[in-house]
Amino acid sequence: MATPLTVRVVEHQAAIFRRFWRGSATFYVLNPVMFLAAIGFGLGGLVDESSGHVAGVPYDAFVAPGLMAAGAMLGAGAESMWPVMAGTKWVRTFHAMVATPVRPVDVYGGVVVWTAVRAFVGASIFLVVAAILGAVLSPWGVFAVPAAALCAAAFAAPLTAFAATQETDARFPLIMRIGILPLFLFSGTFFPISQLPDALQPLCVLSPLWHGVELCRGATTGSIDFWPAVVHVAVLAACVIAGWRWGTRSFTRKLSQ
Amino acid sequence: MSPTPLIEGRRLTKRFGEFVAVDGIDFRVERGEAFGFLGPNGAGKTSTMRMIGCVSPISDGELSVLDMDPRVDGTRIRGRLGVVPQEDTLDLELTVRDNVLIYGRYFDLPRSEIRERADELLNFVQLSDRRDDRVDLLSGGMRRRLSIARALINRPELLLLDEPTTGLDPQARHLVWGRLYQLKRQGVTLVLTTHYMDEAEQLCDRLVIMDDGRIAAEGSPRQLIDRHSTREVVELRFLTDEDRDRALPQVAAVGERFEALADRILLYSSDGEADADRLTNDGVRPDSVLVRRSSLEDVFLTLTGRTLEE
Repeated sequence: MATPLTVRVVEHQAAIFRRFWRGSATFYVLNPVMFLAAIGFGLGGLVDESSGHVAGVPYDAFVAPGLMAAGAMLGAGAESMWPVMAGTKWVRTFHAMVATPVRPVDVYGGVVVWTAVRAFVGASIFLVVAAILGAVLSPWGVFAVPAAALCAAAFAAPLTAFAATQETDARFPLIMRIGILPLFLFSGTFFPISQLPDALQPLCVLSPLWHGVELCRGATTGSIDFWPAVVHVAVLAACVIAGWRWGTRSFTRKLSQ
Repeated sequence: MSPTPLIEGRRLTKRFGEFVAVDGIDFRVERGEAFGFLGPNGAGKTSTMRMIGCVSPISDGELSVLDMDPRVDGTRIRGRLGVVPQEDTLDLELTVRDNVLIYGRYFDLPRSEIRERADELLNFVQLSDRRDDRVDLLSGGMRRRLSIARALINRPELLLLDEPTTGLDPQARHLVWGRLYQLKRQGVTLVLTTHYMDEAEQLCDRLVIMDDGRIAAEGSPRQLIDRHSTREVVELRFLTDEDRDRALPQVAAVGERFEALADRILLYSSDGEADADRLTNDGVRPDSVLVRRSSLEDVFLTLTGRTLEE
């Protein structure tokens, strides 16, 4: 049977990754683990001393799934912008792909799928480390891994689509600073959103990361209910689908004129 | 001519908004020939190539490639083509060999077959000793040869080359030409664009001269020269424009035709030596005189009034 065209692009991304996996490992695994050590255990010790628990669990168990989802988002942010610019303009490897049976939509799909795969692998390793350190409270925690991958895809799909509409990388740092970073800080990653001013709390529903964090946390603490989980998955899936529709168009426009 | 050409374009048109890049051209490429699109930058050559390569949708007219319609069979057609783009699209951070291996996977070839073929192809383009080097360490000529090797991974019947030697030094160009000539002898159909008339003369069995989105003439290099130019050309160079202008009436009186360019006069003639002697006897004193055979450059100049390099 023929290998799907999208998978052939994923193979390319994986080959590049094999070349640079050391740098990526730092980004995907070491950074979140360092965050977990500093914030979960360092800061967490203080938090637990003063208040006992956060949202009913020790602080390290609270923050670990938040970091897991946030790490997936950060990875997706980095993977979906500069490397896409390299593929369309700087090194033009995407142009090489569309000269073969691969179509622009397959290039788009391959990039997004690979970003999700990488997030899946990164989250798996993070989960193991967090479990060893006692920050995973429930065997349901394994579902946090696909949740983190879905969270990554929810960002990768629209950002990859967007990156192909750009002629330069001038706007990418802006997206990181005014988009990704505020989400990182205020999506229930480090503290429950109930700490936010009342007026701002409903806005968290708009953050895909909040849905990802809730899913991961629900899994690792074993506290999630069915219907909220369905809603979180649906919101993240909607981001993927909307991004995908945009991406098939933006990649076709960019690569086949 | 065979009944079904490998590529056939009829009133083929490419528009980008209001701009017409390719303006209703007709051409056919037969199996096994080396076919060229010769023309200056902006003539519509690359747009034509991208339509043939099924990466750019046609705006109007008809196009058939390998007896299929690019609008519906793009993926299938591309699976049987080799494409060497004008700007390199190699993975700079990967090794020479990995570039070929990964490219082969786009065609879904089995890994073992790709590995075997990759070694053959790197040998063919004389890059075997660089196979484990990263591409960003290679010279321009080596990269172009790697692009050619990569494009051959799927054993294409048809190889598309957009400006295959632009930007290469003479030695690197000759290496590329040598490989392309070899491929032609193996029966691969070559379609190339170029703005170098020597490249067109070296490689092309048949070519079309493109200018401003249209085809100005079509034929073999020999036919085009016979049809649109004289056998020989006398190039007269002058130190000043005044000297050149003073010589014009006498030049006009001999030969068949002349073109006055910025730095020289081209006198078209059936017997260059005789006409050059005559001008000397008439008292014309150019700084230098060169008698040469007519080339495609002269054909282009005759047809469009401009030189290719402009």
